[in-house]
Amino acid sequence: MRLTIITAALVLAAGMSAAETVLPADVAYGEDGAVEMSLTGKAGDAAEGAIIMSSKGRGNCISCHAVTALNDAPFHGEVGPMLDGIGDVRSEAEIRGIVADAKMTFEESLMPSFYKTTGYIRPGNAYTGKAPTEELAPLLSAQDIEDVVAFLLTLKDS
Amino acid sequence: MNFKALTAIALVAGLSAPLAMAGGADDDNMVINGDTDMTTKAAAAAHLDGALDEVISGWHFRSDETQQLQLDDFDNPGMIFVDKAMDTWNAAEGTEGKACADCHDDPADSMAGVRATYPKWNEAAGEVRTLQMQVNDCRVNQMGAEAWKYDAGTAVDMEAMISVQSRGMPMNVAIDGGAADTWAKGKELYYTRTGQLELSCANCHEDNYGNYIRADHLSQGQTNGFPAYRLKNAKLNGVHSRFKGCVRDTRAETYSPGSAEFIALELYVASRGNGLAVEGPSVRN
Ligand code: HEC
Ligand code: HEC
Repeated sequence: MRLTIITAALVLAAGMSAAETVLPADVAYGEDGAVEMSLTGKAGDAAEGAIIMSSKGRGNCISCHAVTALNDAPFHGEVGPMLDGIGDVRSEAEIRGIVADAKMTFEESLMPSFYKTTGYIRPGNAYTGKAPTEELAPLLSAQDIEDVVAFLLTLKDS
Repeated sequence: MNFKALTAIALVAGLSAPLAMAGGADDDNMVINGDTDMTTKAAAAAHLDGALDEVISGWHFRSDETQQLQLDDFDNPGMIFVDKAMDTWNAAEGTEGKACADCHDDPADSMAGVRATYPKWNEAAGEVRTLQMQVNDCRVNQMGAEAWKYDAGTAVDMEAMISVQSRGMPMNVAIDGGAADTWAKGKELYYTRTGQLELSCANCHEDNYGNYIRADHLSQGQTNGFPAYRLKNAKLNGVHSRFKGCVRDTRAETYSPGSAEFIALELYVASRGNGLAVEGPSVRN
């Protein structure tokens, strides 16, 4: 919880590179759902973020969102808002909070919580339709989230 | 927020290529075999107050090519299975040496209107029965034959043959009396956000019908077209199998075809389609 974050912050502040990964249950969401601190302390890789957003087996974000910069991947959905220019509109912390758990920002959001492992009704083992045999992993890893955030921050109109 | 509006802005802004733009149900008319006019859009039943104003057949959300296949029985690949079920209807089976036809004669008379009212409360049995459950009750108790596996080929083919006898009649499923409890249970399931994606039936089929989710054009998830011939697996598919696929896609542990949960859900979803013409067998991608 808080302590982990503070420790991680101190570690970061001390300029050490091997920061601890913040676990899903320990993410510190602000009142508006934003997450100030990096989940890994490692800079996100925007190019990798683009791949994660387009891949069916990973973020599959474009199943709901249109993103012009990802037009190489076919079939963008219409369930969520289009994300062009999101880097102008939202801060890094806000975007991190939304990608990690959109329900902290938008109450009852349709958007899946990508960095969460508990609180589900009848969770399954991925897309098998069967009960999970192991503890659930979050839909995306901490570094995946940071990569996606880095990519979204590149989406600027100006 | 109005996402359709956002999408429209995106269009104006000149976005092109891989965006799957479409929006909503189309305005085509469904006439089967050139003579049967089908009600594919209808005012929503009173119990949908606040949820939907209009109910729309899934047919309106499919491509022109797929739609076309359902307009003529010679083109509809599902009709082959209907013919097969007609043979089954006339074949004696079980310890009593009886066929369906021995008790019910010509299905064109005896089965007309039946599909439109199922699932249905059975007072004597004290349960809500789907059409497949009723057929199995006949098999076991009247014919001394074995029950068919739920949603297996023979059962779904027979359901399609019985559906054809009601084609064009409005769905008219009762939700009161003995059915009320089961209906309420089905409604709860419809609005429960399941799985690691935490999506309910309503999230996709009430909040987002008409929108694309990746390559899929979301319909209202109505059941009036079932059994549905799917080009994807080249056979007739039952309602519960469709439910199972949708629940699996929320990364959830699914219920089984024939389970109490899916029986309740079928009743509830069927009641959402009250007023729409029975279409089975429909054709879907
Ligand atoms: C099942 C649908 C769905 C998926 C999948 C999805 N989102 Fe969303 N997203 C939404 C919806 C709906 C909203 C609008 C917020 C709300 O009201 O819930 C949203 C909002 C957002 C926003 C805020 C937009 C703004 O204008 O403030 C961002 C950023 C975002 N999503 C990014 C992502 C990323 C990145 C992924 C994948 C890792 C993703 N989304 C996957 C449905 C989805
Ligand atoms: C993640 C989105 C999603 C969820 C959640 C979902 N479905 Fe679907 N469903 C689809 C898609 C995509 C299709 C295929 C296109 C269509 O007909 O909408 C479909 C099709 C259907 C159909 C076939 C409609 C037709 O006319 O052929 C039915 C019935 C249905 N769904 C019922 C349900 C029920 C009941 C639930 C909840 C248990 C549910 N769905 C949950 C995405 C979803």
